[in-house]
Amino acid sequence: MSKVLNSKAPSGPIEDRWKNYKFQMKLVNPANKTKFNIIVVGTGLAGASAASTLAELGYNVKSFCIQDTPRRAHSIAAQGGINAAKNYPNDGDSTYRLFYDTVKGGDFRSRESNVYRLAEVSNNIIDQCVSQGVPFAREYGGTLANRSFGGAQVSRTFYAKGQTGQQLLLGAYSSMMRQVALKRIELFERREMLDLVKVDGAARGITVRNLVTGEIESHAADAVLLCTGGYGNVFYLSTNAMNSNVTASWRCHKKGAYFANPCYTQIHPTCIPVSGDYQSKLTLMSESLRNDGRVWVPKKVGDKRAPVDIPEDERDYYLERVYPSFGNLAPRDVSSRQAKFRVDEGRGVGATGRAVYLDFASAIAKKGEAAIKDKYGNLFAMYEKITNENPYKTPMRIFPAVHYTMGGLWVDYNLESSIPGLHVLGEANFSDHGANRLGASALMQGLADGYFVIPFTLGHYLASNKLAKVDTNHDAFKASKLECSDHLTKMLNIKGKQSVDSFHKKLGHIMWEQVGMSRDKDGLNKALDEIPKLREEFWNDVRVTGENNFKNAELEKAGRVADFLELGELMAKDALNREESCGGHFREEHQTDENEAKRNDEEYCYVSAWERNEGDKPTWVENKEPLEFEYVKLANRSYK
Amino acid sequence: MAGTGGKNINLKLKVWKQNGPNDKGQFLNYEAKNISTEMSFLEMLDVMNEDLINQGENPVEFDHDCREGICGTCSLVINGQAHGPDRGTTTCQLHMRRFKDGDTIAIEPFRAKAFPVIKDLVVDRSAFDRVIQSGGYVSTNAGNAPDANSILIGKEVADEAFNAAACIGCGACVAACKNASASLFVSAKISHLALLPQGAAEREKRARNMVAQMDEEAFGACTNTGACSAACPKEISLENIALMNRDFAKGSAKNRS
Repeated sequence: MSKVLNSKAPSGPIEDRWKNYKFQMKLVNPANKTKFNIIVVGTGLAGASAASTLAELGYNVKSFCIQDTPRRAHSIAAQGGINAAKNYPNDGDSTYRLFYDTVKGGDFRSRESNVYRLAEVSNNIIDQCVSQGVPFAREYGGTLANRSFGGAQVSRTFYAKGQTGQQLLLGAYSSMMRQVALKRIELFERREMLDLVKVDGAARGITVRNLVTGEIESHAADAVLLCTGGYGNVFYLSTNAMNSNVTASWRCHKKGAYFANPCYTQIHPTCIPVSGDYQSKLTLMSESLRNDGRVWVPKKVGDKRAPVDIPEDERDYYLERVYPSFGNLAPRDVSSRQAKFRVDEGRGVGATGRAVYLDFASAIAKKGEAAIKDKYGNLFAMYEKITNENPYKTPMRIFPAVHYTMGGLWVDYNLESSIPGLHVLGEANFSDHGANRLGASALMQGLADGYFVIPFTLGHYLASNKLAKVDTNHDAFKASKLECSDHLTKMLNIKGKQSVDSFHKKLGHIMWEQVGMSRDKDGLNKALDEIPKLREEFWNDVRVTGENNFKNAELEKAGRVADFLELGELMAKDALNREESCGGHFREEHQTDENEAKRNDEEYCYVSAWERNEGDKPTWVENKEPLEFEYVKLANRSYK
Repeated sequence: MAGTGGKNINLKLKVWKQNGPNDKGQFLNYEAKNISTEMSFLEMLDVMNEDLINQGENPVEFDHDCREGICGTCSLVINGQAHGPDRGTTTCQLHMRRFKDGDTIAIEPFRAKAFPVIKDLVVDRSAFDRVIQSGGYVSTNAGNAPDANSILIGKEVADEAFNAAACIGCGACVAACKNASASLFVSAKISHLALLPQGAAEREKRARNMVAQMDEEAFGACTNTGACSAACPKEISLENIALMNRDFAKGSAKNRS
């Protein structure tokens, strides 16, 4: 039976909601905090900030990551920046404007109360990071510098060259390391979460595999925080790191956590194009480049001349032409679709014809090469290393690629999932970006959740519930351990003919073709036919080499691909179910005369929160959380 | 392997295989055929591993993640050089256009007493985390920060701190050093925080504690050959080591008094 979900979002004037809510929440007194054990899975911006903050408050924290050290979580790769409503440039920014831009940018599919809270704490994040020693870019006078990002007409993005994610993560990591030294955090590296352990319906621990020894371990706690990132690697090729995966989220989903809006995927407009079928991942070129780079294709179809040989009047700067008020800083979903249209028209560039130009010639002429190098030096170097072309001399070739997933585990205003005690933070949850995330807002959300939201809402959970004492001798832990070993043994024993990667590539191909930048009914039905067949083939013919009791990258990948093979089906199902276009979800049947996304607010102004059955053969029921827009009026999203 | 540009080459690989920390380990010979020069080095290893799997053999384990030169996970000593022949480049950013048809490439793990081999090319670099735990932070709790612009930092100082903070913690500096010293890694963190007003309060204590922890982790001594900075994918400057030595001397003197 389909349920209507309660977000627990407070009512009242939006600017007072979080303040009042914080006051109403129960507290755990300082002496009692040390009696609670908290598990934090993942050490990206959300996980590292949550772990360090909870440890500072006095909780006992156990932190888990699949990497060899917390500092390598994929937040490290975020390039361009982090938004905050500081209004330092005095250009008209405010908490309300950041809130407004984010709701509009998300194409009216996010929760207003959450987004306002995000905008409200954004300024605290910048303060906190500066106090940790994060070396943000500065003006000569010593104040912080800002730049612009897509979907906004103010400069509110703080940055550290093209390595903002790295610097923010190292800040959070250093705070974590301080708490490790103080013995408030116990660190478990090279551990992969394989299962959530529930006792009396609540999340009370996890089962993990030690990736070095292969040992299956149990860990008990009073609450579990999942901070394990997004699921973009379901497409095989994406800008995500190779080890980014959905497994932790998916295993929670299998234990009853609802998965919300899985079809909302962000295809980032500016990535280095695919060069061959050996390709293992795609590399992003930061959106910040669109501050100075101009996007164009030749006006003529099939124009194969070198870019320098194409005169100005034979170039189509299509973003400036179609969206005169936002120009090259149109939001990501819109810019990606425009690039696809140009390529589909036969006006793509480069050897494959599947790229557009991002040209810095006029910015270099105006500001000088040194100024451009100072802002984007590392990005230009990165581009040259991959393509062997010098972007100071010739325009970059770029094309959209899967980058971020707005969907994720459903959470209420407390960031608590549909399983009591399981809280989900950062990209792993669904809540703040609606159907499209604006640039420089992912870092903001990860750190907002970890530094400034969960410390309050988790305390409220612990103080409001009488939790029985549970340790790893409980039957639920033993059963989970057994289930996890059986799953691994089963994969190793198939001894089929096809490698794990070959299945991942096949799935990625289906997802990109049918559930990618543009979707239609026939394609989605095709995906719904093909994915379960591919999953069956996997379980009959996959070849997983090596052993269970030692470092085994193939076995790690196999478990993740098995979960992607279920998630892919749910994404197609969700995309087929949502008979509208919104943000990153573009259904060809639902577009305006000008090929823009056409929402259907009458029927689809809600969050789809899918509930999976238990058992091996997945089936789903759609639960709904209705969305209300009291402040930002539902309107056609225009950037013209 | 189809590619959009470049050509295809064949290579002979001598790859270090080691079945756990207590195994002696040895070089094994492999072939990598039909490698597009547009591939990255790690994509070449993917192709090699895929061939091994198809032949029913165990693939070679190596660490990697972001494949864009920022996470610091990938390592490898390639033909004797940490992260391979290109300056300012991680292994994942190295491309096969750097090699010629018929080349032999030797691939080894980062070698240092403080980085024990886990399996094949995978090493344990947790010593770096323990060094950071000994003082590589500013002691500030979430919630008690003043407005960000109340701390003014000139652009030159901010840029200099950033350059030190750009370290990705890969360990190439240790692998490149004949003494397996971690001085570049440790000094980069000490400099980053020493250059900023936020790090001033704990400056000398930090240098003292981090240097002590570095010694405890069995990293060797620095003899200023500069091999570390030459191998560093982020080209972290040797000047950081000088700053570390000054702060360490000051910190130690104060500690005695």
